[in-house]
Amino acid sequence: MENVKMINLKINSLPVSVPEGTTVLDAAKSIGITIPTLCYMRKVNEIGACRVCVVEVKGARNLVASCVFPVAENMEVSTATERVLKARRTTVELMLSDHDNQCLSCMRSTNCELQKLAHDLNCDQHKYDGAVNDYKKDTSSPYLVRDNNKCILCRRCVAVCSKVQDVAVIGANARGFKTHIGCAFGRDIFDVPCIACGQCITVCPTGALTEKDDIDIVRAAIGDPQKTVIAGTAPATRIGLSEEFGLPAGTNVEGKLVSALRLLGFDKVFDINATADLTIMEEGTELLHRIKTNGALPMFTSCSPGWVKYVETFYPEFIKNISTCKSPQAMFGATIKTYYAEKCGLDPANLFTVGVMPCTSKKFERLRDDMSANGKQPDMDAVLSVREIARMIKRAGIDFVNLPDGKYDAPLGVASGAGFIFGATGGVMEAALRTVVETLEGKPLEKLDFKAVRGMKGIKEATVTAGGRKISVCAASGIANAKAVLEDIKSGKAHYDFVEVMTCPGGCVNGGGQPVRNAEKLNFMDIAETRAKPIYAGDAKNKIRKSHENPVVKALYEEYFQYPNSHRAHEVLHTTYAARKKYKDI
Amino acid sequence: MLFRSHILICGGTGCSSSRSKDIFAAFEDGLKTQSLDKEVKLVLTGCFGLCALGPVVIVYPEGSFYSKVTPDDVREIISEHIVKGRIVKRLLYEETVKQDGIQSLNETNFYKKQLRVALKNCGVINPENIDEYIARDGYKAYEKVVTAMTPQQVVDEIKASGLRGRGGGGFSTGLKWQFTKDAQGDKKFVCCNADEGDPGAFMDRSVLEGDPHCVIEAMMIAGYAVGSDQGYVYVRAEYPIAVQRLQVAIDQAREYGLLGKNILGTGHSFDLEIRLGSGAFVCGEETALMTSIEGHRGEPRPRPPFPAIKGLFGKPTLLNNVETYANITQIILNGSKWFAAMGTEKSKGTKVFALGGKIANTGLVEIPMGTTLREIIEDIGGGIPNGKKFKAAQTGGPSGGCIPAELIDIKIDYDNLISIGSMMGSGGLIVMDEDNCMVDIAKFFLEFTVDESCGKCTPCRIGNKRLLELLDKITSGKGEPSDIPKMEELCQYIKDNSLCGLGQTAPNPVLSTLRYFKDEYIAHIEKKTCPAGVCKALLNYSVQADKCIGCTLCKRNCPVAAISGEVKAVHTIDPAKCIKCGVCMEKCPKKAIVRR
Repeated sequence: MENVKMINLKINSLPVSVPEGTTVLDAAKSIGITIPTLCYMRKVNEIGACRVCVVEVKGARNLVASCVFPVAENMEVSTATERVLKARRTTVELMLSDHDNQCLSCMRSTNCELQKLAHDLNCDQHKYDGAVNDYKKDTSSPYLVRDNNKCILCRRCVAVCSKVQDVAVIGANARGFKTHIGCAFGRDIFDVPCIACGQCITVCPTGALTEKDDIDIVRAAIGDPQKTVIAGTAPATRIGLSEEFGLPAGTNVEGKLVSALRLLGFDKVFDINATADLTIMEEGTELLHRIKTNGALPMFTSCSPGWVKYVETFYPEFIKNISTCKSPQAMFGATIKTYYAEKCGLDPANLFTVGVMPCTSKKFERLRDDMSANGKQPDMDAVLSVREIARMIKRAGIDFVNLPDGKYDAPLGVASGAGFIFGATGGVMEAALRTVVETLEGKPLEKLDFKAVRGMKGIKEATVTAGGRKISVCAASGIANAKAVLEDIKSGKAHYDFVEVMTCPGGCVNGGGQPVRNAEKLNFMDIAETRAKPIYAGDAKNKIRKSHENPVVKALYEEYFQYPNSHRAHEVLHTTYAARKKYKDI
Repeated sequence: MLFRSHILICGGTGCSSSRSKDIFAAFEDGLKTQSLDKEVKLVLTGCFGLCALGPVVIVYPEGSFYSKVTPDDVREIISEHIVKGRIVKRLLYEETVKQDGIQSLNETNFYKKQLRVALKNCGVINPENIDEYIARDGYKAYEKVVTAMTPQQVVDEIKASGLRGRGGGGFSTGLKWQFTKDAQGDKKFVCCNADEGDPGAFMDRSVLEGDPHCVIEAMMIAGYAVGSDQGYVYVRAEYPIAVQRLQVAIDQAREYGLLGKNILGTGHSFDLEIRLGSGAFVCGEETALMTSIEGHRGEPRPRPPFPAIKGLFGKPTLLNNVETYANITQIILNGSKWFAAMGTEKSKGTKVFALGGKIANTGLVEIPMGTTLREIIEDIGGGIPNGKKFKAAQTGGPSGGCIPAELIDIKIDYDNLISIGSMMGSGGLIVMDEDNCMVDIAKFFLEFTVDESCGKCTPCRIGNKRLLELLDKITSGKGEPSDIPKMEELCQYIKDNSLCGLGQTAPNPVLSTLRYFKDEYIAHIEKKTCPAGVCKALLNYSVQADKCIGCTLCKRNCPVAAISGEVKAVHTIDPAKCIKCGVCMEKCPKKAIVRR
């Protein structure tokens, strides 16, 4: 912080000293005053549009938006005068006047930033009653629902889609009172190159964006005596879920999750961390094969379906570089419907697989072509996000916080630490390196931690030496970062052997199916980092830290798949990709 | 080549839409037939200003000002005036006709009180001919600054002139130049705001159509002063003539080596491009304009940072309006003292207004700052037509306010207008008479802003809509006394909280009419009447029994059969059925039907 000029100002008569360039919002936060915000997203959506964060600055003619207003020497700020509070109240009352106000039946009730502000500011819901826009819900996709009747036009979704993901399929349409967020030319979200990442949902302050709710499908299966309903939980699910029950962010609730799933009526509860280990076996072997045979390099990871769809749509020339491995979820479903069905003598038609995922893109992945290992039933029958599973738990009256810790069922109940770290950016890379480097070296690894690929940086690079060969790797998260990597590869600026891409910034810990991020989580916490910590702690504690040492994985190969990339493994655990048109009809 | 006569035909937008191009063609044809095309020079110029009398043709050396000319009149002008030297009196603008001949246009009331600085070349030169511009000292100011002045001297000169932004805000132009000059940046931009959008305003359009080179030259000077080599003119696509002439001018300037690299061998480089706006009013707001040039949806962004520090593509950017630029070359050539001698203490120079509404001389006028509203309306504008009474003048467009009749002697300058709750704005001046309902006027302007709001910030997007709904309620006879304080509160809120100038000023028409014409609001709310007889829902048609002769014309023409009555008996209108279309009133031969 050397050479940073400090600015002295007064906020509510209290002296404050903050570095030059600090916003009034942050300066106030530094002395314990939280100014409410709706549209503001640090570094992503600094547009000063909603006007909820206004404050009074002495000498300024109008109120100013504290989220974008920089401090100045001797500035005098008041954050809660009558003028300020009245202005904020009017702003929220105006929002309510063009809002459907169906709080009682809204998915986001009690977890809605608009609702909380309306309550905090003592708003009169009907003060500005007038014309109300009436928009058609967009239910076109299998992963998200847009209800613009609840939208307050904060544009957090637009910013995350265009700036963080660089996909930019949504934006403001029309103008004035008729302004609404949507796709170009009023198309449905499933009719544009949306990658289904769900980041927009997790930043929406209201119920305007929600996941496509699949609870009823799952409940129906559970209620069907014919069906054996099998849950598989993704690595990052057990972390994010804690926040839905008021526990501190970054709490690992794996055991409670397992117990809750049993209470909900799932017949079997398996851990997708185990099939993450399986993925490493397949993907690591594929990488070694590509290196040996001068195959297409770099090889890209394929476990993040948003990323896969992105490449298919925007960079089809790189399709050959994507690993043919199915994602851990799809490998899970495929293994259940083949190996597990055979092993237990069950008719796969009566098996109902449910992914419990930090992801919305997995809802899309489930429906991809070629996601049926046995050729009859889909690998996965339903996918629930963390938010949906939380709602199911609450609806069933389960006292989640006080649940005893349950244990996963066998056989897919044991996983290595390598499988667990799939949940954070760089995790797949690190897990793969543990196996690949050891294989190439032909002796046990001394150091298992590949710290260069850890952390929340958007693009991480490392070079490791194994078997006398340098392997150059990269881990990127957030599609804007991934795009930069692709462009660098394309232009010859960068050369990698192996690239991990996570669609969501920070990886699955920050996935589109995780608990929504309110203003506090967006602007004053590194939520991805917080959620990643218990994952690495869990890995460090695990006695098994390499995928190839997972006894479950070993058994799978011995009993069924024979060896990685075997013919059967290819049939069941691998898939294909194809270039996608951005628009079906254009 | 010398010509014995010059015929100037107005090619401004107003005259163009009344076929001045056909008139031009007819002259071309006629002169050729008479073999006069080598002796008489035809010039299609920019706007003369007196649009109400268009299409306008002036023949020099006599200076005969022919008004409302049609292509059919051309043959007579040629055969009588050009061939025989006899002025065609029936076509002359009556004010120029004297018993002993004709008087100069400059002696007419319309022009007498005007002072043409920004419009110096409008209506004088052919805007598509760079040589004509150069002949009128064109590019001399640029030559002066690059050869004899330092950039700081240029900025100082502009500062000393006291020139303030003509786009509406009235910020010191010199200071703006200074800020941009002082800003650090590897690249800087100079932009021109030609996104004129106020209803009824056409000042900038006329400058671009009539004298595009003066804007180009001023931007070159600005580029030299602030250290920029790239300029953009953001002009709305709805101004096709302006766009075309500006492009021609840019091409010619490039051809002459006046735009491009190492201009005139001075080492200074500057080039210019046009960017077309799609007619969104908000794109006249400086940050929205830059966002639009960058290729995004035209929406304003928060300030600070100001454009001078972080503007177009994140680089320091100087942004001035067309009329502001139109003053620059003259300040450089004549000196800041010359300029500062015109106008009032804090508002120097002149201002161009587009006169419109209930006024005889609709058109474009340029007056020294400090001219009274009375002089503009009564002398230059020729007063209110049809013997009606002046009620108010609206300045500043949708962001401005109404000046009531009792303030008609106000001296027009930036600060005076602000002090009475209006603003200079870009120069639209709409005159209203006793037939205008001020509540309806407020509604008209607010409807405009609601329609043009970009929808980015809450106060403007929803607040203005709610305000408009309150006005709607009042004009449709459903107003309640509590609506007035509610409106005042909402107006204040919108001003205090909106993101950009458009939102912050949107309530001004409501506030200023509430300030000066509250009685009209009260009449609408409490008496459910519209004193000016404009608001349909509050009007009732009735038959005056003593005047009705029972001719049945009204009854037969009523589209909803609301009128009953027998032949030769007094008719009556059923207010429950009446849709207030006014047909009965129009048809009644005895003026027996009244609207109240």
